[in-house]
Amino acid sequence: MLTQEQAGDIFERIKKLSTGDVVEVLFSGGHFALTRFANNTIHQNVAEENHVVSVRAVFGGKTARAFTNKFDEESLRQVVLSAESLARVQHPDPDLLPMPDPSEAAGNAGGDARATQTPSRHFERTAQITAEQRAEGVKKIVGVAEKHKLTTAGVFSSAESFDGIFNSRGLSRWHTQTSAEVSITMLADDSSGWQKASSPDVANLDPLRLAEIAAQKAVGSAHPREIPPGKYPVILEPAAVLDIVGFMFWDYSGMAILDQRSFLTGRIGTKLFGDNITIWDDVAHPLQSGSPFDGEGMQRQKVGLVEDGVVKRVVYARATAERMKRSEYKDKVGPIAHTGHGFSLPNEMGEMPLNIVFAPVSNPQTVEQMIASTERGVLVTRLWYIREVEPFEKMLTGMTRDGTFYVENGRVQGGLRNFRFNESLIHLLSNVEAMSLPLRSCGEESFDMVVPAIKVRDFNFTEVTKF
Amino acid sequence: MKHVANWALNVAALRGATYADVRVVAHRSRALTTKNGKVGSASDAESVGMSVRAIADGAWGFAASAELGRGAVEATAARAVEIARASAFVKQENVRLAPEKPAVAEWSTPYKVDPFTVSVEQNIELLLKIDAELRSVAGITLAEANLNFNREEQWFVSSEGADIHQTKLSTGAGYAAYAFAGDEIQKRSYPNSYGGQWQNKGYELIEELKLVENARRIAEEAVALHHADQCPEGKFDIILDSSQLGLQIHESVGHPIELDRVLGMEANFAGTSFLTIDKLRKLRYGSELVNVVADARQEHGPGLGTFGYDDEGVPAQCTPIITNGLFTGYLSSRETAHTIGEKRSGGTLRAEGWNRLPMIRMTNISLLPGEKPLTLEQLIAATDRGVLMQTNRSWSIDDKRYNFQFGCEIGWEIKGGKRVRMVKNPSYSGITTEFWNSLDAICSREEWTLWGTPNCGKGQPQQVMGTGHGAAPSRFRGIKVGSAFKNN
Repeated sequence: MLTQEQAGDIFERIKKLSTGDVVEVLFSGGHFALTRFANNTIHQNVAEENHVVSVRAVFGGKTARAFTNKFDEESLRQVVLSAESLARVQHPDPDLLPMPDPSEAAGNAGGDARATQTPSRHFERTAQITAEQRAEGVKKIVGVAEKHKLTTAGVFSSAESFDGIFNSRGLSRWHTQTSAEVSITMLADDSSGWQKASSPDVANLDPLRLAEIAAQKAVGSAHPREIPPGKYPVILEPAAVLDIVGFMFWDYSGMAILDQRSFLTGRIGTKLFGDNITIWDDVAHPLQSGSPFDGEGMQRQKVGLVEDGVVKRVVYARATAERMKRSEYKDKVGPIAHTGHGFSLPNEMGEMPLNIVFAPVSNPQTVEQMIASTERGVLVTRLWYIREVEPFEKMLTGMTRDGTFYVENGRVQGGLRNFRFNESLIHLLSNVEAMSLPLRSCGEESFDMVVPAIKVRDFNFTEVTKF
Repeated sequence: MKHVANWALNVAALRGATYADVRVVAHRSRALTTKNGKVGSASDAESVGMSVRAIADGAWGFAASAELGRGAVEATAARAVEIARASAFVKQENVRLAPEKPAVAEWSTPYKVDPFTVSVEQNIELLLKIDAELRSVAGITLAEANLNFNREEQWFVSSEGADIHQTKLSTGAGYAAYAFAGDEIQKRSYPNSYGGQWQNKGYELIEELKLVENARRIAEEAVALHHADQCPEGKFDIILDSSQLGLQIHESVGHPIELDRVLGMEANFAGTSFLTIDKLRKLRYGSELVNVVADARQEHGPGLGTFGYDDEGVPAQCTPIITNGLFTGYLSSRETAHTIGEKRSGGTLRAEGWNRLPMIRMTNISLLPGEKPLTLEQLIAATDRGVLMQTNRSWSIDDKRYNFQFGCEIGWEIKGGKRVRMVKNPSYSGITTEFWNSLDAICSREEWTLWGTPNCGKGQPQQVMGTGHGAAPSRFRGIKVGSAFKNN
């Protein structure tokens, strides 16, 4: 895998080829492997090695980027030429800032944002996982399926990756990490169950436990009954929570406010959610993953987005923060300072928080306790195919999937046919009656987060499907 | 590049692979966007690499590398075989491939103007002209426009003797105008939402789309939606414009007919399908008017699902999917064809790039136009009480592809054969087969458009693929409208 030293040498070669005012070079890549199984068989099994270098050229306020995955001299010459050719014909961007130097990139931000140190996320045992080891893991999962007379499908993947940024003002930042993921679906004749987990350290994953829970869900939801759609108390397991709330975090961006495409426009500083909702973006949280610097090399800060239901602030790239300070919104959006959340330049989206952490409540409940306190409601394992129906109330639609249960008199009473929901996130997060302790969770519709299971009042199911 | 592929084939054979194929791919792309009078992003990208797909001990292995030196290529081939042997550790039966005569061929997308020869200045000028038109309408708060060009050159060589060199070119363009006011954000897009129209064509597509000419109308509609009434709730006859119908086809026909889904191979992520094999040639999928084909051939048109050969060397074909309403075919591959009694693959295996495993993907899944002359205006005139819905805004469907809900950007209430008012936030929902059986009119060929969907996600690791969907405006009777907003 490419090292920081090797990348530094490539950067020096690119710098010599450049004719622009300054140059910035991003590196990304690594090796990735994924073993996929279905019908109790490994049917796809892949491995990949790749590395990409991208060059951003700047001429007097004009900038553009070009990418290549070839590092020979001619390819580097060509990628520099492409970036410079594109940059020269741009219109000058008055908002383009000088590239950060190492001091600025490491510096602290204003307001309540805090610079933090991230723990190591590289684990040799994850980097060294072989196809044979993944196959052995899959064999155990298949064993659980066979024990319960079920069919299983899923993935066991592992990766070792790097991200780096260099610029001609002396910035040089590098991040390596590993990741492993297990996702399991157990299928019965008319029901299914699902579990998924990910971690930089494969030792944190327990495929057998996940397989057993998924199997229990498949068995427990067999012969699902149909109940009418309507508003129900609903217990959402953490994967369901992250998949639905993930749809609002694009809006926690200074650029989204400036573009008037955020549901937070005119709402920052207001109490939008319940008292029990406090949300941070924190790349250094021990259950989080990812790089400690953003697309310009700026240190990611810990940022309080929501406190006791009040939306406190949004995140910023450097240029967005400067634009916001000059905008009509400058007195209505809380603290304005770069927070290290920018995408690589040039881009039109600005920035986004990617390391979401829900704060624990003082009286957490387990899912079992939430069930015990429910007279009549629905327990949801997972949500699926979530899309935005109305952007300002953040109304979303989607389906339940792979383990939807009827709860009555404090007990799970069996499986239900899956529902379609149409629900506002503002309504959802204003009606949370109980929360578990947050934990690292992963789904399929959004990025991994540290979120709790929640019990919510009046969740709006509008239709029932046929299974 | 053929020598690179042969290095890999030789090593795969020496290591004991009973079958292997190699793809060497060079991909080039250009993406340009503008936002509110400025260039949003400008980038060029190239990606080159190779991959080996091998069968050993009756199971599959796949390995890919960006390095094309002999040592790296041979190591990648050896790794694919090693992975295949690990796969064999957990298998129920050996992989078997439907026979296919090895093709030796050259194929490339027909085009008039290579989009990479058009200057970036000219492209930016076009985007900024569109942007200025959109923002000349009072009330527009955000204008976004995009141009995208892609070229993929691939060398495919197999241990059976196939040797195919194929070059595909695609072009995409579109824009959106947003109007924020009060507590509402409304949006209109042209020629379609989420990136516009995409086809396997050259720059001539940009000329055909009349982008600038439509910008003011689109912006005015976005602003006017703020003053429109909410779309009524209840059961209505609905008319879908061709772009929305294209997505309806994609979600409720294209995905359920993927044979890998049907066989459970996608159960963990994309889901399965209600179209179990016992339904083939028995299920009444739609009304008698419904004829759907999966057609990858050039004669079907320049869709994103048009090619000469798929990514396991099978020639492009046309498969009847729904024939006069009867379900008649699946999308298949060499590995899956035997499960439906076919002796040959339907030729639908495709990969996102050099580093991804080919899988069953939609080609051009198209609803054939009505045979009797019928324009959209004539169809509206023949509708007593209904809603015309245009341009997708949201889409969702369950993991077996039964229950769906779509939202559109704009609707028009129809009474007594006339559009009587604009309505905002139109949405409709239903069950796939009930919906297609309610179709009672399809406009004819002059209203038919082959739309491109550039962002179809499937697989683990997820692959994004372009698919094509031909459709003409059509009418569906007694459809549930507006339940998305009920109780909200």
